[in-house]
Amino acid sequence: MTEMPSTHSSAQPELPITIIKPARGWSSQPLRDLWEYRELLFFLVWRDVKVRYKQTVLGASWAILQPLLTTAIFALFFGRMAGMPSDGLPYPLFAFGGLLLWTFFAQALTHSSGSLVASSHLITKVYFPRLVIPVAAVIGAVLDLLVASPALAVFMAVHHVPVTPRILLAPLFVVLVIAAAIGAGLWLSALNVEYRDIRYTVPFLIQLWLFLSPIIYPTSSITSRLVSRGLPGWLVGLNPIAGAVEGFRWAMFGTSTLDTGVVAASCVVTVVLVISGGAYFRAVEREFADVV
Amino acid sequence: MSDISIRVEGLSKSYRLGERQPYKSLRESITNAVRRPFGGQGAKADTFWALQDVSLEVRHGDVLGIIGRNGAGKSTLLKILSRITAPTKGRAEIHGRIGSLLEVGTGFHPELSGRENIFLNGAILGMSRVEIVRKFEEIVAFAEVEKFIDTPVKRYSSGMYVRLAFAVAAHLETEILLVDEVLAVGDSEFQKKCLGKMGEISRKGRTVLFVSHNMGAISTLTERSLWLDEGTVQAFGTTKKVVETYISVGYRPARVWTATEENHHPMQILRVELEPESPILDVREGFQIRIDYVVRRPTQGAVVSAIIHATDHTPILSTEDVDTSTTMLDNRRPGHYRTSVKIPGDWLAAGTYLLRLHCGVVNHAIFDDISALQFELTETGNPKLRMHKRAFILPYLPWSTEDRGSNNGPA
Repeated sequence: MTEMPSTHSSAQPELPITIIKPARGWSSQPLRDLWEYRELLFFLVWRDVKVRYKQTVLGASWAILQPLLTTAIFALFFGRMAGMPSDGLPYPLFAFGGLLLWTFFAQALTHSSGSLVASSHLITKVYFPRLVIPVAAVIGAVLDLLVASPALAVFMAVHHVPVTPRILLAPLFVVLVIAAAIGAGLWLSALNVEYRDIRYTVPFLIQLWLFLSPIIYPTSSITSRLVSRGLPGWLVGLNPIAGAVEGFRWAMFGTSTLDTGVVAASCVVTVVLVISGGAYFRAVEREFADVV
Repeated sequence: MSDISIRVEGLSKSYRLGERQPYKSLRESITNAVRRPFGGQGAKADTFWALQDVSLEVRHGDVLGIIGRNGAGKSTLLKILSRITAPTKGRAEIHGRIGSLLEVGTGFHPELSGRENIFLNGAILGMSRVEIVRKFEEIVAFAEVEKFIDTPVKRYSSGMYVRLAFAVAAHLETEILLVDEVLAVGDSEFQKKCLGKMGEISRKGRTVLFVSHNMGAISTLTERSLWLDEGTVQAFGTTKKVVETYISVGYRPARVWTATEENHHPMQILRVELEPESPILDVREGFQIRIDYVVRRPTQGAVVSAIIHATDHTPILSTEDVDTSTTMLDNRRPGHYRTSVKIPGDWLAAGTYLLRLHCGVVNHAIFDDISALQFELTETGNPKLRMHKRAFILPYLPWSTEDRGSNNGPA
């Protein structure tokens, strides 16, 4: 379905004209759609956040507790017992930096992949750009990330990590992981409408993805192994989380060098993920109401 | 040209049939792709046309009723016009902002308070925050939930819930409003209030498309109507005409109706005949309804009833074969039966009527519900005596008048 604003209506120029026809190809302006429906986007995020912590005793502190408890367990098993390297940083700090972003990514993926199916009552009854739904789910997870991030400052203070101007670059890597979550979320939410297998795949996928990402271990431990086999180290960056986490740790904790190859590869993969996800989403969204 | 609000040209929508779930499993898609790597979707599933070649024009300020049986395509038409689903063929042109109320309370969340839900639901329906703030008091007053506005709606009674939901929807101010059966909710008091609000909306010069099974509401609220059946337009014109044809459909102007196929129920009406066979039915003579039916299995509590409707479907008279024999209510044994009932003369007024036949266990099962015959009662006597009377039942009842003398008046 496409929408064309009227430019030449004669008698009632103030009335927009909508043309409805069998849609072919993609409607080209998802960003304009999102902007037009920003109030709905706001209310959906607000609803999700409000409902999520209603009737919970600890409320929004869950957002901090989850990465914190995971960090404690990782620090015990991987840091202390297994002696995992951590780029010269104290292991808990190293792990929390990664887990902060990882928890966001996992939450965003869980919420957004099921979001369209969970909103079937809206999709079959009201029109609005369907894009609003998975994007709202990701933004909801961003709010949790914001709530949890002061804990990182505490970690850094406790471990006497000096604050460098590099910290100003940290938001860029957060944006990178948010973009990756939106790209993956678009793919998975749209696929889930047609293939309900996705619902069973996502928890498994997230579990695997954690071990494939440099959260528990440093990026360098993989790149060095790749290089020793004659493979380029940037291959690690094909996982967008790798580049984001690597860059984030570099900006926040001042780890000595940044593996720009990995970061660049992650940026490229993320852009591809967002564009292809958006395109696939637009291509199938007109059928959602019939299938969901 | 410029006063056109909605123009629909050859709009069609098909769905795939024959798949148990509309969504596919990944395995299915993969195996299909492996089996036929060069395109082709496997055996083409049957397609079902929910809407077929529908064209119509609605002018600004028109209030259009849409009627038809369940599954006739009414909701599909509204869903296409409100952009929820895409058409398969054809096009539609819509001049103005469109608001659709396909259900009340879309997106209401039970955990949120009435106040919060007003904002959420309003945003979902397409209202801006400023607009909602401006109308907030009005919405709350209309819904009569002032005291509970900060209570989660999960604690609302179902009546309060529906009132609040309708109140938000009723304050949507788009140039075009699509309404699907939302009046079929709430108690009768509130339904009246909703009808009033709908009437008010339509008088404001907004375009309204209104789907309903309630012919009364359609007749009061709309001037023009569209009748859909099996996805195609059956009639489109003034409401009075369209509603009358819609209601009398199935009722054939004849004296005999016969069943064409077996219904496999414990009981079935096979044949109905109006007697006498003379070319006209006389108001003064009345007539006989003769029903042949079969009982296939021993049945308890079943009734065979004849219902006479006016042409606007108002039921005038309903009578059952157990009215005079309760033993039949207790038990019916298998076999073929013929029953008849006499509608007395000088009873129903002259005019056209519809005869519906019903067979079933009251409040339990419907074996048959037949829109059988349309018939006419003709005035044959001296019409002067009752032509002026405006009623369906015109019996000559024994009045008694006594002479009380000339001196007993007041004073």
